[in-house]
Amino acid sequence: MIAALGPYAGFILLSYGAAAVAALGLTLWVVLDHRRLQNTLAALEARGLTRRSARSAARLAPETPQETPT
Amino acid sequence: MSLVDLANPTRFLALAGRLIPWLAGLTLALFAIGLALVTRSPADYLQGETVRIMYIHVPAAWLSMLTYGIMAVSALGTLVWRHPLADVAARAAAPIGATFTALALVTGSLWGRPMWGTYWEWDARLTSVLVLFIMYLGLIALWRTIEDPTRGARAAAILILVGTVNLPIIKFSVDWWNTLHQPASVFRIDGPTIDTAMLLPLAVMAFAFTALLATLHLAAMRNEILRRRIRALGLTAAGAAR
Repeated sequence: MIAALGPYAGFILLSYGAAAVAALGLTLWVVLDHRRLQNTLAALEARGLTRRSARSAARLAPETPQETPT
Repeated sequence: MSLVDLANPTRFLALAGRLIPWLAGLTLALFAIGLALVTRSPADYLQGETVRIMYIHVPAAWLSMLTYGIMAVSALGTLVWRHPLADVAARAAAPIGATFTALALVTGSLWGRPMWGTYWEWDARLTSVLVLFIMYLGLIALWRTIEDPTRGARAAAILILVGTVNLPIIKFSVDWWNTLHQPASVFRIDGPTIDTAMLLPLAVMAFAFTALLATLHLAAMRNEILRRRIRALGLTAAGAAR
């Protein structure tokens, strides 16, 4: 199969290898970064730190009508 | 859901969470179809099998410019409309654009060595793309240097808009100057000059790369929003500790 790529097979394979490294590298970067950020955010929230909007939502929560189980 | 609704980061996060899996699936499917078409496509009468590098090089080069275009629109969003997600979008796009530009430069060099007899030539097209790559790196460095996201956003937006002058230079460099790089063969007034047997795999690969960009950009924007929330919480904690 590689022989079918002719005398410049190495250049072709290196190009596709570079594309695979770029695509997988970017994917790994966003996935691992997301995991790390989510863990950091969860740790901060576990310490009782919440965003202003989340605090407002929590304050409003008791005023919202609760559904009663039937 | 309108653009105004998306200005709310929480709503954007919910939408991104729903879209990313579908976009990732679409990306994988398009790459599978594109690579299958590439393996069945014929060799070029001049380039031989080396033409297969073009199915990666050309989409990467297109996306290097498209990503910068996205950043330019985001820069306008920061400076003109002060959209809360505009700087998030620009900052998330920069590393992706830099990677696509690097890929275009590397695959271009790997194609150039057997076809032109050289890995690199300081001609207008190659040099202007190298300038684009340096612009991306400069912007990433700028964002990292300025700690306050608001100040960093304005400075980066101005630099992005200044850098847009490079986009028409890249596109028309092959027409304005006598370069080693061949002129456009797809986006032409008189239509593409490529045979359908090569145009189809090229188009599918271009869509696959574009879907990859959309997936990665949404995911990186989601990360950037979380990073800013963490920073805000850190500042709140530091303020409370005083």
